[in-house]
Amino acid sequence: MNPAFQGLLTIIVGVGGCIGYFYLSNQFLDRVLFKPTGPNAGRNINRANAIRPWLFLFPALFALGLYLAYPVVETMRLSLTNRVGGGFEWAGASNYQRMFAEDKFWEAVRNNLLWLLVVPAASTAFGLLAAQLTDRIGWGNIAKSLIFMPMAISFVGAAVIFKLVYDARPEDVAQIGVLNAVLVQMGSEPVQWLTVPLWNNFLLMIVLIWIQTGFAMVILSAALRGIPEETVEAAIVDGANPFQVFFKIKMPQIYGTIVVVWTTITIVVLKVFDIVFAMTNGQWETQVLANYMYDKMFRANDWGMGSAAAMIIMLMVTPILVWNVYNARKEMR
Amino acid sequence: MDNIAGKKSSLTWAVHISVLALVLLWIFPTAGLLISSFRTTEQIRTSGWWAALFPAEINEVFRTSDPGETRIERDGLYVVEGNFYVDEGRAPSADAVDAEITVWGTSSREISAYQAGETADMGDGETMTVQANGDYVWSGTDEQISGRGQRVFATAESPPEFTLDNYQTVLFDPGNREGMAKAFFNTLTVVIPATIIPILIAAFAAYALAWMDFPGRALLIAGVVALLVVPLQLALIPLLSLHNDIGIGKGYLGTWLAHTGFGLPLAIYLLRNYMVGLPREIIECAKVDGATDFQIFVKIILPLSFPALASFAIFQFLWTWNDLLVAMVFLIDSSGETTVMTRQIVELLGTRGGDWEILATSAFVSIAVPLVVFFTMQRYLVRGLLAGSVK
Repeated sequence: MNPAFQGLLTIIVGVGGCIGYFYLSNQFLDRVLFKPTGPNAGRNINRANAIRPWLFLFPALFALGLYLAYPVVETMRLSLTNRVGGGFEWAGASNYQRMFAEDKFWEAVRNNLLWLLVVPAASTAFGLLAAQLTDRIGWGNIAKSLIFMPMAISFVGAAVIFKLVYDARPEDVAQIGVLNAVLVQMGSEPVQWLTVPLWNNFLLMIVLIWIQTGFAMVILSAALRGIPEETVEAAIVDGANPFQVFFKIKMPQIYGTIVVVWTTITIVVLKVFDIVFAMTNGQWETQVLANYMYDKMFRANDWGMGSAAAMIIMLMVTPILVWNVYNARKEMR
Repeated sequence: MDNIAGKKSSLTWAVHISVLALVLLWIFPTAGLLISSFRTTEQIRTSGWWAALFPAEINEVFRTSDPGETRIERDGLYVVEGNFYVDEGRAPSADAVDAEITVWGTSSREISAYQAGETADMGDGETMTVQANGDYVWSGTDEQISGRGQRVFATAESPPEFTLDNYQTVLFDPGNREGMAKAFFNTLTVVIPATIIPILIAAFAAYALAWMDFPGRALLIAGVVALLVVPLQLALIPLLSLHNDIGIGKGYLGTWLAHTGFGLPLAIYLLRNYMVGLPREIIECAKVDGATDFQIFVKIILPLSFPALASFAIFQFLWTWNDLLVAMVFLIDSSGETTVMTRQIVELLGTRGGDWEILATSAFVSIAVPLVVFFTMQRYLVRGLLAGSVK
């Protein structure tokens, strides 16, 4: 079957199925199961209303359970087993032990920690700077739009864009990468940027910072606008200079938003895969956990170790998960 | 307000300049790729993309046409006339030459001996005149104007030159191996159902979580918030084996289901946050008038929630269009028939990493659609971002 046709069919079946399910199940509840007429009308209405939310929720809960909750449990189980023949064999912690013995794993952990330190901090800082600066000028919205634009570009597209920036060619031909062109202009030799250990990590981070700054800017800019004007005016009347206004008056008031931005970018960083996969594929000491996991799972075909690596990513996400849930519950009260 | 502190003028300038610097820094990398995609292989190989913005100064070696065929006799002298660019087939006529020769010479040691329009005396009455547009007149005696054509070394300035050939090759050339056109349609096939299906499912769930009272509601909302950050990586193997067990295997159906599942937490979260903010009176009035929950949802909530639905649709569209991992795991099989653009580009980076004209063009083909969506629907995107993270 032609995929386009299959796609159209899926849309019709999917959307039609959803509408049909919701409509018919509601009809069934009201007309057949608990009729709001007769001697038990009151009781039936209450019963129907108790069941209805679950009718509304069922498809979503089913999909969430199957596609996100079940895999977490299953991955945990897989990380404790080995595939033997057609089945699985209990392996205890041996997958983790083998993983901890690998240098590549510790390299990935070290790099992930570097990413965690640098990317959220740099993106938030640049975003805050851009938000503060663009809020005051006439063409600020155009500027914002342009800084925000990388959000729409795929990680793979961004990888290509920055590969051109970092491109290096032999000494005797013209450099087409900006970085090396500048270097050669200043009289040095061209450098194969992506193969220089440690520094290449930062070059990969720049790609993500470039993408995430726009996100930070949009959120923080909204927060800055939400600051009551009176507080700023009072500070100016008291003789505060613009820097004091920014750091002592505005920053404390948007502290909560900064934390939200920071944690959101942190989660993106923990899952970063495409950039490393496309630019270096973990060579030259740029491995990160997500790519390490992909390597183990789909190249080495070692489900046990791959799942163990995935569990490490889950473990690193958990504190943020708990913090988010805690905040969400606090707001609801 | 700043002028209360008396610092307006100096600081405003600093702000304008810093913003300009920041914006230039941010669009510079993308501009590089965009411009590269409009340059020829030769141009990309010989100069950086920034050179395309200025007239290029190129050193060229021309040769006049051979006297044996083209010389004519005039006033007792033999003359060869022509135009270097027309001779080489680089321009249809002398008027259409867009390069401009500035200096030239007849020996490789003195390539800038003469200005354009000057006449070189080559000894014993032999002369050569070269005009800025490449017109030349070479004259001398029977003996001098013979054998092969005379070589001329010239420095020419040619204006910035752009071509659409790369796009032609990448998108429409049936012989090209990259298959970007096919990948483009595959991506589209993945994206459209994967964007539409989760919206409806999520909207019903969001309504229940926002406006219906039942035990365990708070717990479910907390669950959705928790699933919001669960890394996709954990879902890969369990779901792939699940798909294999129930017979879906690798293919579009599995990919649509996976994208639907992964998109739901954000969809439910965004839509619930939005629906909670809708005025309570409308819903209560409708209830008093005897509307059922289903009617309220379809006739009131859904139309009012359009901005939130649009926000999520844009998110899901961008995310599925730009996705690499889900496509690699759930879609692309060994036949390679179902490849998507992101995957093709990674492949190109590996196999044709030096062919920037193909790489840049392919990358831009895949970036173009999200960019159009981004610039036309930015309003909804921003609104969605704000609803999703600031509460």
